[in-house]
Amino acid sequence: MADTAATANTELPVVPVDDGATEGVRRRDFINIAALSTAGVGGAAVLLPLISQMAPSKDVLAESTTEIDVSAIETGQAIKAVFRKQPLFIRRLTPEEMAAADAVPTESLRDAESLEDRTKEGHRDLLVTMGVCTHLGCVPLGAAEGESKGEYDGYFCPCHGSHYDTAGRIRKGPAPTNLLVPEYAFTSDTTITVG
Amino acid sequence: MSFPWARQYEPKTGLTKFLDEKLPLPRFVYNAVGAGYPVPRNLNYMWNFGVLAGFFLMFQIITGVVLAMHYAANANVAFASTEHIMRNVNWGWLMRYAHANGASFFFVVVYIHIFRGFFYSSYKAPREMIWLLGVVIFLLMMATAFMGYVLPWGQMSFWGAKVITGLFGAIPLVGEPIQIWLLGGFAPDNAALNRFFSLHFLLPFVIAGVVILHIWALHIPGSSNPTGVEIKQESDTVPFHPYYTAKDGFGLGIALLALFTMVFFLPNVLGHADNYIEANPLSTPAHIVPEWYFYPFYAILRAFTMDFILPAKLWGVLAMFSAILLWFFLPWLDRSPVRSGHYRPLFRKFFWFGLIPTMAALFYLGGAPAEEPYVMLSQIFTAYYFLHFLVIIPIVSQIERPQPLPYSITEAVLGSDKKAVLGENAEPAV
Repeated sequence: MADTAATANTELPVVPVDDGATEGVRRRDFINIAALSTAGVGGAAVLLPLISQMAPSKDVLAESTTEIDVSAIETGQAIKAVFRKQPLFIRRLTPEEMAAADAVPTESLRDAESLEDRTKEGHRDLLVTMGVCTHLGCVPLGAAEGESKGEYDGYFCPCHGSHYDTAGRIRKGPAPTNLLVPEYAFTSDTTITVG
Repeated sequence: MSFPWARQYEPKTGLTKFLDEKLPLPRFVYNAVGAGYPVPRNLNYMWNFGVLAGFFLMFQIITGVVLAMHYAANANVAFASTEHIMRNVNWGWLMRYAHANGASFFFVVVYIHIFRGFFYSSYKAPREMIWLLGVVIFLLMMATAFMGYVLPWGQMSFWGAKVITGLFGAIPLVGEPIQIWLLGGFAPDNAALNRFFSLHFLLPFVIAGVVILHIWALHIPGSSNPTGVEIKQESDTVPFHPYYTAKDGFGLGIALLALFTMVFFLPNVLGHADNYIEANPLSTPAHIVPEWYFYPFYAILRAFTMDFILPAKLWGVLAMFSAILLWFFLPWLDRSPVRSGHYRPLFRKFFWFGLIPTMAALFYLGGAPAEEPYVMLSQIFTAYYFLHFLVIIPIVSQIERPQPLPYSITEAVLGSDKKAVLGENAEPAV
């Protein structure tokens, strides 16, 4: 207020203040930049919890692995399980289905993957995929008894007509990629842990 | 009204020129809290608390909206969902502690803001409307805070809801039906919890609306100041920005340091341990009190123990509500033409040695158990509280001889400027 005081009342003595003005950078500039930078960094730091709180909470993450016993699945049969609140298809392929999958040249596919790429070594008859169409997320038909399996005898999404083959690979329709094979491992001969 | 010397907004870039024609929001901000709003040059730190209150309203809305993303307003899971926020949600503990302590800080700054108004008579003409809207905001805050405290569905939540809605039961004839209607049942349960959550979400936005009116009304006469002398000339003012943005920013920094000291190191000091026990309709906690910011009014409620024409319970409820509602009449109870307590020797004595100790005592007594000597002390201080506003203030404003006022804000700050600005014939003003 010292400077405004001087202009308002000419009777007051003007006290020269050494604020470093002679050196190009004033003390006040430094204080200004320091204060605003601190406030800026603080404000940015506030964004971290505000954004992070919307990410999956601890209890949701705790549900992110699922253990499934696959011994009861007969050849040619499929089951639906739940993984991360989404359907998971597990299918025991018949020799004919595996042969049909092998018969297609991999390079000709929209999403080039062989049956080997999509199954675990020594378990090429067990196809584990998400039951989520890669187009817009509907649940494809074909896992349950009597449902349409589509033109390639795998899965068929009724929402927009995507056809998946016996290895769960996209063959026809709008879906961009094959049915997702989640991370999983055999924890014993009969049990898989997904996630 | 704006002062003729207020700086004018001039858009410089293409974008601000475009905006100024289509939607002059930058101009609005410039005139409201920017360089275009001339403010008395002599505001002390007591004038920080309006901005701080506005900040804490935003703070509560932001943290509250976050909590509402994770909270479930159902009596079966509300308590568990609060613990879910504390344990599972990323940074949920921070959000909840910040919201709970933020409420306390909101009340701290608002109480200081109100008592600033008492001392400097900020309620007097031409600022009556600002004051009336302020009292409305305070009432809305109390309702919001009360309903918010019910949401965790702990023991204090439940019994607080029961006791406060029980106040309405004191109304003759229709009291009990009103209480049942408010709760949507015979005791607090799912219906009450759901409506409290709905209203707890709604009311802060109503408060924000009234705050806009409060600030709008403020900008008509402009801010008051510690001398209580109105602005007369340009030298009495400085632009809000950068002078008071800097001063308020400094105050905000201090307030945030205090708040986060509480949040990080003493998060439950202002709460009650009983609220970490899930609501149980069959067992009342031994010592049931509201949150600290309701203590003075709770003390007034409990001060009435004898039936006198009306039942004691009804007297208590009437007195509690009157204790705040009488603030609405303050602009007309205080007839003194002088605003600032600095120039009112008698008023000042009653403020510092009457009202302040009384409020301090009522704050203490509201949290004390309902037994002697606290009941008798509550009665004495309640009597003084009403005496102060209804008798002392009107009489003092009639008989008091105020001390001479400075001619202007500039004179108060810098010594005489009368000659410099208006010449020898300037008349001193009241």
